[in-house]
Amino acid sequence: MPEPTDNAAPYTTVIGLEVHVQLLTKTKLFCSCENRFGAPPNTLTCPVCLGLPGSLPVMNREAFRLAVRAATALDCTIAEFTKWDRKNYFYPDLPKGYQVSQFDLPFSEHGQLEAIDPKGAFEPRMVRILRVHLEEDAGKSMHDESAGTADSRIDLNRTGTPLLEIVSEPDLRSPAEARCWLGELRLLLVYLGVSDCNMQEGSLRVDANVNLHIPKADGSLAKTPIVEIKNMNSFRSVERALTYEVVRQYEEWQATGKELGSAPKQTRGWDDAAGITRGQRHKEESSDYRYFPEPDLVPVTLTVDEIAAIREGMPESPRALRKRLEETWKIPAYDADVLVGQGRALVEYFETLARLVDDGKVASNWMQQDVLRTLNEQGIAIDAFPVAAAGLADVIGRVKKGDFDTSRGREIFAEMIASGRSAEEVVAAMGIAAVGDDELMALCRELVEANPKIVADVQSGKQQAAGGLIGQAKKKNPNVNPGQVRGLCLKIIGELPAP
Amino acid sequence: MQPLELSAIDLVAAVANGDLTAVECTQAALDRIAALDPGTNAFLHVDQASALAAAEAVDAKRAAGKPLGPLAGLPVGVKDALCTRDMPTTCASKMLEGYQPPYDADTVARLRAADAVIIGKTNMDEFAMGASNENSAFGPVRNPWDATRATGGSSGGSAACVAASMSTVSIGSDTGGSIRQPAGLCGVTGLKPTYGRVSRRGLVAFASSLDQIGPMAHSAADCGLVLETIAGHDPLDSTSLDEMVPSYTQMLEEPLAGIRIGRVPAHFGEGLDPEVAAAVEEGFRVLEAAGATIHDIDLPHAKYGVATYYLIAPSEASSNLARYDGVHYGHRTSEPCRSDAFDSPLVEMYCRSRAEGFGPEVKRRIMLGTYALSAGYYDAYYKRALQVRRLIRQDYLDAFAKVDLIGGPVSATPAFPLGEKTDDPLAMYLLDLYTVTTNLAGVCGISFPCGFTGSGLPIGYQLQAPALAEPLLLRAADRFQRLTEWHRRRPPSA
Repeated sequence: MPEPTDNAAPYTTVIGLEVHVQLLTKTKLFCSCENRFGAPPNTLTCPVCLGLPGSLPVMNREAFRLAVRAATALDCTIAEFTKWDRKNYFYPDLPKGYQVSQFDLPFSEHGQLEAIDPKGAFEPRMVRILRVHLEEDAGKSMHDESAGTADSRIDLNRTGTPLLEIVSEPDLRSPAEARCWLGELRLLLVYLGVSDCNMQEGSLRVDANVNLHIPKADGSLAKTPIVEIKNMNSFRSVERALTYEVVRQYEEWQATGKELGSAPKQTRGWDDAAGITRGQRHKEESSDYRYFPEPDLVPVTLTVDEIAAIREGMPESPRALRKRLEETWKIPAYDADVLVGQGRALVEYFETLARLVDDGKVASNWMQQDVLRTLNEQGIAIDAFPVAAAGLADVIGRVKKGDFDTSRGREIFAEMIASGRSAEEVVAAMGIAAVGDDELMALCRELVEANPKIVADVQSGKQQAAGGLIGQAKKKNPNVNPGQVRGLCLKIIGELPAP
Repeated sequence: MQPLELSAIDLVAAVANGDLTAVECTQAALDRIAALDPGTNAFLHVDQASALAAAEAVDAKRAAGKPLGPLAGLPVGVKDALCTRDMPTTCASKMLEGYQPPYDADTVARLRAADAVIIGKTNMDEFAMGASNENSAFGPVRNPWDATRATGGSSGGSAACVAASMSTVSIGSDTGGSIRQPAGLCGVTGLKPTYGRVSRRGLVAFASSLDQIGPMAHSAADCGLVLETIAGHDPLDSTSLDEMVPSYTQMLEEPLAGIRIGRVPAHFGEGLDPEVAAAVEEGFRVLEAAGATIHDIDLPHAKYGVATYYLIAPSEASSNLARYDGVHYGHRTSEPCRSDAFDSPLVEMYCRSRAEGFGPEVKRRIMLGTYALSAGYYDAYYKRALQVRRLIRQDYLDAFAKVDLIGGPVSATPAFPLGEKTDDPLAMYLLDLYTVTTNLAGVCGISFPCGFTGSGLPIGYQLQAPALAEPLLLRAADRFQRLTEWHRRRPPSA
């Protein structure tokens, strides 16, 4: 029996996800049309993906390779023999009247992927994966409901795009877990180079199945009818829709007492603007897809050796990478999570930086505060970042050496980013020079003498009052190191006779 | 020299020698079509201008001293189930009336590349579903031997156009006997190659796991000539065999001595017309005279062939024909589709378009197949049929361990009167009795004339061979034809 995650809730939430991911292949799954988003409607088509009479499919091996890579990373068992099946249904954006998919012999099954919240809001949750299979995407219908014409337009550019369907077991126990797991899945697939997982462009789509297990007074368990939620176009929508649906189901159960089996599985669409799920027409759910083996394609076989070779060639997973960063660079789990979450290129930047400054935590701090902020502000990726890791390491090195303090260093770094100049050039241009020891001592003595009130406060035990002296010192000479000023001033005050 | 009296092999040689021009051959075929086809209805589309243009191009090539293709100047009728980019491709259905594909079927492209001249598109049973060619939306084909009788089907137009010498050869397709049965009823030679031997790309699918394109001609040697051109691996058809194509016409000389031919006693049971039985038995004697030995064999599961076929073929067809929904191409209803009797205007458009576009036999098979694949029935019907299909395949493997070829009748009766079986679908399905197992097993088969009835109707003889044994199959049929004259007879009208 699943354990409750929210002790306050009188039920256990049970969630399973079905994720569709478009693969990053050059061409479509069964023809040589380009696989690309954003082209003018119906320009990336041929007789095969248009389903014209007499056309035949030929499998794109690269799509199959990417699919096997993804399933391997998801710990699935890869089948040595897999076949294609036709899923028959009528819809205008499905020009053949069937989708080539996989039914009883998917190419992979029985995987797992863990959901871990770096902030520790819930315990790590291992989610089993029922199956991963490959299929062709349908086209896109655009319904124009304006002006009462109710015209529909169909774009078949997407038709035949390789699509991976990943089905989890109902192992997730909260909307937050679901969101987190999806994030991990997306990251993994992006790291593998299998998909760009762009939800806005539809290259990652999520349907969620959810119901509640409610302990009854007699000790038995009431299970609410399973609801499939569709039409969620961000991970945030997934979490919101599930959160809404959990409450709705509990209220409905309280009102009707309906349990699984007494009502058919229902499909509900998420209305993001209204923040609610709405029931979809019952008829659309009761389809019989009449699956049967696709006679136009031959089964696909992989040898044990080929499967092993794919396993050998797997890159480091985000999970392994996080662990390695934590151990190698002694950074907190939270830092590792943020860095890895930004993608492999950013991690490489970080690791170069950490090696150069020989300090993982300092490197991580600069990454999180300065590099990531700039990337976010400018809306760019790390490969477009104007300062190389060596440039940033130069700034950090100068800070460590005591040439200037961290905040000054950040100003210099900001200027390097803005101007594209080196640390050396920026330091020179800003008139920054190391302050000599004698010069600093003279300045501190002058400040102590000029501020009897602060001195009195410090002497009475309010050490933080020394901060006022630092501010004044920076006004007089912007190059001073605040730490040094503070240390020196406290030392001078300490040497004064007690009041 | 009358081009249409020549065999394909002789005609191609005559064009290559300059004894005939491609234009002369094409014009002869076009003239004959103009004279005879109004009574036969073998062609759905004949484009004189483009056929003559293709022929002129061949002649110009020869005049320029360029090498000619192996079928240079050969008039070919192509079944209307094969896509042609310059002619409509309708599958004899109202659903595809006027539809013109943007590409050539692989077979059509190979024929053109070999300098053959495509004379026109031949009539057929709608979407190749039928055994009489009466299921054409554009009228039945009349048998050149007796215009009151059917040609058989579904490649009835392709059989009739050769029988009446309106073209030298033709292309048909065979899903359960659709080349061999009309060849038998029209007195011509028709070859169903091994599944995968000829690319299916551009053949409008009826039942994908059974469909196979093949040649029809007056002789086995001519079928071999055409097969040399149309066979071969097509990387764009995943089920196409990646096997070398032999020179079939160069492999006909070896005698049949030592070749073992199987005879299935069950083929000669109840229902077989006595005249047909006698002619077929005489056929065995001819092969024996040629040096072959005859052995009785058993295909124990063949009796389930028709039942198995009529589950698998309609199941695949129900899916293959789903694309004709009125959305992207083909027939769409002109009704407004706003009634409340349907789930939605879209569903109404689907229903009306398909109800109007498909004929009754196509609808019957779509319903059969949809039923057989439905949840709750799949295991009892479709899955069971696949299991029996494996047994039938095994029967053939076992048989071909004992014999090299299997001989027998093509169909139980000679050509039957038009309209005789149109109200009895089951009787029509039983016409496929002797031919469907070849397709279920994926092996090859050929049908050629082995005699005539007292009333002058041709009788067909069928030989079947293991996968890729077309060289032997053609050699045996050719040997038969060297020893007999049946294939040289022409209908009285011709």
